[in-house]
Amino acid sequence: MSNSDDGPAAAADVPNEAFVRFDSVQKSYDGETLVVKDLNLDIARGEFLTMLGPSGSGKTTCLMMLAGFETATHGEILLDGTPINNVPPHKRGIGMVFQNYALFPHMTVTENLAFPLEVRKTSRSEIDRKVKRALDMVEMGEFGNRRPAQLSGGQQQRIAVARALVFEPDLVLMDEPLGALDKQLREQMQYEIKRIHDSLGITVVYVTHDQTEALTMSDRIAVFNDGVIQQLATPEDLYERPESAFVAGFIGENNRLRGVVTDIDGKHCSVQLEHGETVRAQRIRVSGEGAETMLSLRPERVVIDPVEGSLPNIFDARVEELIYLGDHIRTRVAVCGVDDFIVKIPNAQAHPIKRRGESLRVGWSAEDMRALDPG
Amino acid sequence: MTPAPDTAMVTADGLPLKLKLRQAERRKKLTAFLLVTPLLLFIIVTFVVPIFDMMRRSIDNPEIGEVLPRTTEALQAWDGRDLPPESVYAAFAADMVEGRENRTTGRVATRLNYEISGMRSAVNSTARRAARLEAPFKESLIETHARWGDPYTWQVIQRESGRFTASYYLSALDLRYDESGRITLQPEEQRIYLPLALRTFWLSGLVTVITLILGFPVAYMLATLPLRYSNLLMILVLLPFWTSLLVRTTSWIVILQSQGVFNDIVAFFFGEGARMQLMHNQIGTVIAMSHILLPFMILPLYSVMKTIPPGYMRAARSLGANPFTAFRRVYLPQTIPGIGAGALLVFILSIGYYITPALVGGRTGQLVGNLVAFHIQNSLNWGLAAALGTLLLGSVVILYFVYNRLIGIDNMKLG
Ligand SMILES: Nc1ncnc2c1ncn2[C@@H]1O[C@H](COP(=O)(O)OP(=O)(O)OP(=O)(O)O)[C@@H](O)[C@H]1O
Ligand SMILES: [Mg+2]
Repeated sequence: MSNSDDGPAAAADVPNEAFVRFDSVQKSYDGETLVVKDLNLDIARGEFLTMLGPSGSGKTTCLMMLAGFETATHGEILLDGTPINNVPPHKRGIGMVFQNYALFPHMTVTENLAFPLEVRKTSRSEIDRKVKRALDMVEMGEFGNRRPAQLSGGQQQRIAVARALVFEPDLVLMDEPLGALDKQLREQMQYEIKRIHDSLGITVVYVTHDQTEALTMSDRIAVFNDGVIQQLATPEDLYERPESAFVAGFIGENNRLRGVVTDIDGKHCSVQLEHGETVRAQRIRVSGEGAETMLSLRPERVVIDPVEGSLPNIFDARVEELIYLGDHIRTRVAVCGVDDFIVKIPNAQAHPIKRRGESLRVGWSAEDMRALDPG
Repeated sequence: MTPAPDTAMVTADGLPLKLKLRQAERRKKLTAFLLVTPLLLFIIVTFVVPIFDMMRRSIDNPEIGEVLPRTTEALQAWDGRDLPPESVYAAFAADMVEGRENRTTGRVATRLNYEISGMRSAVNSTARRAARLEAPFKESLIETHARWGDPYTWQVIQRESGRFTASYYLSALDLRYDESGRITLQPEEQRIYLPLALRTFWLSGLVTVITLILGFPVAYMLATLPLRYSNLLMILVLLPFWTSLLVRTTSWIVILQSQGVFNDIVAFFFGEGARMQLMHNQIGTVIAMSHILLPFMILPLYSVMKTIPPGYMRAARSLGANPFTAFRRVYLPQTIPGIGAGALLVFILSIGYYITPALVGGRTGQLVGNLVAFHIQNSLNWGLAAALGTLLLGSVVILYFVYNRLIGIDNMKLG
């Protein structure tokens, strides 16, 4: 429980010293379909790694294999360099926070926290000390004598975190620990978990299907879909530089245009849209000229009424719908043959408020539009 | 938010809110009450009334007061020492004459016979000759039957002339009045009911423990197996419920008797000498009752276990507990309401059990319930049967309170 100076982000830069390693892991429950398909993942010591993905994409399954409650059908999981496939859960020394907390209802908060220490035959005085410290860490010092049922959701959640940490594991798994909380409490708990992670220097594998949660908390995010990691990157990379149509669509808001690549030059390419226009985009994942592609563009990168000639892509658009959101106006426009193209117009003096049916000019740079797989 | 204390809330039409609410609620309550009325009446008629009637019978004592009113009155002045004065004998003779005419002396004969054996014939023979008795009645009565010359006889008549009596309870607890009128325990070899009660509690406890040991794993499997298998298992558990109790008990006879299925198998392997006496003793009672009461243990256990998410065990394991510790410290304590409910149910059913011990219990496998039945059907001593029944009921009530103290009745899950 030392506060390491080099921090988790620094540790994440040293991938060859993997603390947790999934080595071509596959999992099937029924012998017919693979729920996890060839998973390779290295997690560095001290890292906060989030598994993000839609429901049923295999996140919990991966976590359960790591915790030892499910066995990998194929492949190997290594913890600190040693294979753990045949180590039973209670000998792995991995802390775990469950989605429904799983606090023992017949024990008080203190007894819950003492449990992992008692089964480790820790001395009584040591237990008292560690339990107290863990309770203080989650700011629940006065609640030691309560039963879980007498605590609010957020308080139970904190106790669950404290219990997973009290025996000082190096690795803590959290399976959607904030799923049951309301938005405000969620944000507060995200902050607290992050704070605890930073101060203890533990490795955390976190599962969520809330992208905002993943973006704010993680060192790296593994985006899961259909049992495959679609992209493993830092939050910034994931948002700014999605590498597949799925990731672009799953994280953040995203305008999509479909077309066929007509010309490739270096990092860029020209794409003819289904509607006829030609746009310039960054070449990310296109197999070659003539290939179909999905173009992805973040709404906030669209420039309203640009100076003619300043951008390679400038088109006429018509306002279809306006949603007032305070700091900006979310505007749906019809452009290039699609009518679900979103533009964010800042609520500022320079931008006169548009009306429905009005036309405007929109433009964007070739850098901001990413040509991806057809999806 | 709270209204000022001196301004009561009123509804739009100016009536006090409380009154309005009560009017609105009354209708609902009335409907609810009407809906349960049939059941309420049914329970009162078939359950509450018989129980109170039984409790009344256990202390009811009309015979002597009604049939021997003069004697009762005359005995009030008697100090209980030596023999009563002539006035008592005269009153008794008069009561006997009248009783003979009304054919009521038989009741006194039976009642006194419960207290002193042999009194039935004494009263009956006296009643037959009552009309021919002549003064002095003391001498002529003693001549008719020597019992009338024993002060103890008159002490008993005096004691039992009241409207109510404790004597049925004393008998049910193997107590009696000694010569000086104090309550003492029966001599060891004459005790019947205390050893029987002890045996009933011991066997019931044994059956409870056996059903718990057998039922716990089954309930666990019911609660954790995939639905497909657990449904099948549930049918197997419930199957006995759909079979008549008599059929089940007689099947045990087929299995357990000395020429039965089980003993035949034993004899096949270990020779004829290995046959065991499994029936007409306590073993038979315990085996058959455990089987019959097993569902009553499994179902409450199952309903509790069903509500324990498997996540708790996983959490315990992830915290470092081996499977056994996780079970003992996390799973088992959460099943206690189920264990309590099942044990209470099986124990209560056991201590009142009757038909199975009657069929397979023989002489040593009988329970209190069998003696209650005996007193109702054979000896016709309903007062004693009622006292035994009330004592059984009392022990159930005590058990209930003990359970409530230890586990809390609100935690009980019966199904
Ligand atoms: N015990 C099981 N037996 C059979 N199939 C299972 C089992 N557990 C999960 N699955 C299947 O495996 C797939 C992945 O499940 P998993 O629980 O890992 O998804 P997830 O990514 O955690 O989803 P969510 O976000 O909804 O929790 C799903 O299709 C699910 O139906
Ligand atoms: Mg999940």
